[in-house]
This record gives sequence, structure tokens and C-alpha cells, in this order.
Amino acid sequence: MKLIPCPICGERAEIEFTYGGQAGLTRPADPAATTEAEWGAFLYARENPKGMHRERWRHIHGCGQFFNLTRDTVTDRFIP
Amino acid sequence: MSHPDKPYIPDRNKVAPMDRFSLAKLLRQGFAGQTGWGAQWRAPERPEAAYDVVIVGGGGHGLATAYYLAKEHNIRRVAVIERGWIGGGNTGRNTTIIRSNYLMPESAALYDHSVKLWETLSQQLNYNVMYSPRGVLMLAHNVHDVQSAMRHIHANRLAGVDNEWLDPAQVKAFCPPLNVGGPLRYPILGGALQRRGGTARHDAVAWGFARAASALGVDIVQNCAVTGLKRDATGAISGVETTRGDIACKKVGVVAAGHTSVVMAMAGVRMPLESYPLQALVSEPVKPAFPCVVMSNTIHAYISQSDKGEMVIGAGTDAYTSYSQTGGLHIATQTLDAICELVPQFRRLRMLRNWGGIVDLSPDRSPILSKTDVAGLYVNSGWGTGGFKATPGSGNVFAHTIAHDEPHPINAPFSLARFDTGLLIDEAAAAAVAH
Repeated sequence: MKLIPCPICGERAEIEFTYGGQAGLTRPADPAATTEAEWGAFLYARENPKGMHRERWRHIHGCGQFFNLTRDTVTDRFIP
Repeated sequence: MSHPDKPYIPDRNKVAPMDRFSLAKLLRQGFAGQTGWGAQWRAPERPEAAYDVVIVGGGGHGLATAYYLAKEHNIRRVAVIERGWIGGGNTGRNTTIIRSNYLMPESAALYDHSVKLWETLSQQLNYNVMYSPRGVLMLAHNVHDVQSAMRHIHANRLAGVDNEWLDPAQVKAFCPPLNVGGPLRYPILGGALQRRGGTARHDAVAWGFARAASALGVDIVQNCAVTGLKRDATGAISGVETTRGDIACKKVGVVAAGHTSVVMAMAGVRMPLESYPLQALVSEPVKPAFPCVVMSNTIHAYISQSDKGEMVIGAGTDAYTSYSQTGGLHIATQTLDAICELVPQFRRLRMLRNWGGIVDLSPDRSPILSKTDVAGLYVNSGWGTGGFKATPGSGNVFAHTIAHDEPHPINAPFSLARFDTGLLIDEAAAAAVAH
């Protein structure tokens, strides 16, 4: 099984984690001031790259920590 | 569930476009030792310099789109550009389930349009796609499943789509191998049966559409990857760059499944899609032992027996996005554990192959068949874990969208704009399971 490096607990089995998708998505400060297209893009548009992906993880069945990792989506290897 | 080891590139000069199959021809070939079958579709080594429409992706949906463009809209200068070989992606890697019992009226209309096309597709294409409406039985394992199934059944019947409830005894009668009444982790409390649902032969679907499209003038270019989408000064599509030369064209239809985000990024379009591995596996071939299609959304199990005799089993998607084309073993194991309880005789089956395909999941788990903000760029994607069933219907309405620069009424709700307006077609919630 794939091992995921938790910053607190070290490498643990992937079933201990939940995936949070693309990292760095910032909620618009004033949603009411956004256009429909801007709000739609915030909610739904994703990079979905074939290659390096900065992404969100949570060690939900361990320490509970949220953290970001970079992974190559072709090989599934985490890039330090 | 096999796919060829190497690309099949017939000699385009050998093809007789109107070379229809018939009983007389079958007999003649029988006496001639089957030596006289020519290539079934033209496969030029490289594309022409210009086409009216270029389809990116030679899977079932892309080939169907090209076929209907030529057949129904008389647009015959069409190229299908395929990075590998046709039908070698998810078309050749799925569990071939066909059904239309979706909850939302928009979905039911789209998928039922497809089922109706499946019913006469072999005759239409003059190619046996082995459509087998043997019934799709969706199991219910708990009170929540039963309520969800009932809601689907009632909604489907109002929408004119057949779907009926079977109690446990009726489930056992319809599919005897199932362990009904056993002390299971996921007991069978009944099931929703769509009798018109079933399977078709995946390779034959790709080949049949390719052959029929080719006969109408469509060029199918394999081993040719799209490396760029060209736009003119107004921002409109002006061509496609490929590894086998550039093509000038005014319209491009992207039908690239798990790689849709990658291709659309070439035109600067960000898609509301995420690509996940989805696994399937097949057993050694055995005698006919499983009469219908059985699926369970709760345990993400999908079972049928192919005409070759293999048990074809689908599992769920992995928990995180990937283009690796391999799924996590624990995902398949979880499904197999549950299946071995549901169908105890499967415990002695040996599995021959497993594989992962990359599927493009949309936020509402409904497809995107749409124009884009880029003039001349159209996208057919987001079929996620269940696109095979929609192959003919998807190609049919997408061809209409490209030909008229306007969606067909059936696919109008499946626009990209729905992610801005919020008019989602939420089959993710409708399926009432953890996705």
C-alpha cells in the first residue's frame, strides 16, 4: 500500500488519510462581489495536471493534521 | 476484455467503402478459409493538411461523433486523431454496462437516447456490437439503498424509462448465483431491475463505428498525439498540432476522457474535471454461470459475464487523482471481498488480468457535452465511471452540437455553463453513495 509522509507521524499507509484535492484554492474575500464565472471557477475548475500536483491531505485516522504535498500524478510519487 | 498488443493499421488502398457483411459473403469466406477479408477501415499514416472537423480521441465516443457527423450532418472531411490505437483507452477497459435508469430527468433522457440507439446499432453499422439486453440488477443492501432504489424506480417510470423492484425472492429467481438470505456483511434486501439494460462488446463498438465512419470518408489517424491547439487572431480555433503534422481546421471536438484537462489546457481552458484511476478485472473464462448484470453502488461492485466466459468485474475509483493507470490494490480487494460474499462460487475463480483506466469525474458526476468560450472548440467529457453505456447517444448529440454550433435539446443541460449558473445535474447526490 502507498505510504504517505505525514509531517507529524512520518510515513503511514494511505488508508489513514483523506485526500483534499488541489491545494491553494482561496475563497474569494467577498463572494457577493464575484461574477458567476469567477465563483464557478473557484468552486469547480481545477488544474488536474498530468505531472506535478500540489495537493491537500489530512491524516484523519492519525493525528488529524492538514498538510500539503507535491505529487507526480503520472508515477504517484511524492516530491520532497 | 482483451485489447490488441499492437496498433492495427490496415492498408487504406485495400478498403472497399461499401463492403457490407452478408450471409452470402460469410459463406464465400468460409469456403475461402477466411482469407479474403480486407481492412475494415482506412487508417492513413498521417492526417491531411486540412479538415472541416478534427476529433481528438479515438475512443467509442470520438468515433461515434465522427460517424454521426458524416452520417447525419453530411460533414465528411473529418479526422479522428488518436494517440494510441482506437478503442485502446477506456473503451477497451470498462465493464461494458448499458443502462439508463438515472434519477434526473435530463440524465434519463440522455442515457435513454443512447439505449434506444443501442437497440438498432448493429443493423445501423452493419457490424455486430453484440448488444445484449440481459437486464441490469442494482442491489439494495440496507434501508437507505431500498429507499433510494424506490425513488429511482418511480422517477424512471414517470420519465418513461423501465425500472422495476424485485424483492429478495425475485432477485434470487432472476439471478440464481446470488447469495440471497445469507448472513452477509451486505445482505440483499432486493434490487432495481432495468430489463432493457445489459452489455455490448466494447471492441466491436469502436471497430463498428470506425468502419462505418471510414466508409463515409472519415480519416482515422492512430499513433498520433495532439500536441497543441492553434487559435487565430480572434481567438477562434484555427488548427491542431500533432506528432504527425499540423492540421488546419475551424472546429475541434475534444473527446479525450481522462486526458481532457490536459488537451483543453492547450487552448487555455480550465475544466471542472478531476482524473481518477478506475479499476476492473476479469477472471479466467468459464461456462455460462451468470445470467445478467449485477451492480451495487454501496460496495462499488459491477459484475457480468462476457460472451467469452470471463467474469468481468469493476471496482471503485481510487481516493485521489492520478494518471498512473493503476489502481490501489486495497480498492479492488474491498470489492472482491464483498463480491465473494454475494456470489460464493466466485471464490474459486482465478482472476487473469486487472487494470486501471483514467476517468474524468465532473463535480456533479454528469457529463459535459458543450460548446466552450473558445469559438470552434467543443468538449465531450466528464463521463466519469460510466461512459460506455452512452457511446452512441453521446456521439449523436455531440455531432449535432459541432455541426450546428448549438447543442441538441438532449445535451443542452449538460453545458459547461452549468458550473457558473449552478444548474447542476447532480447524479453524485442521486446515486446516494460515497463517491
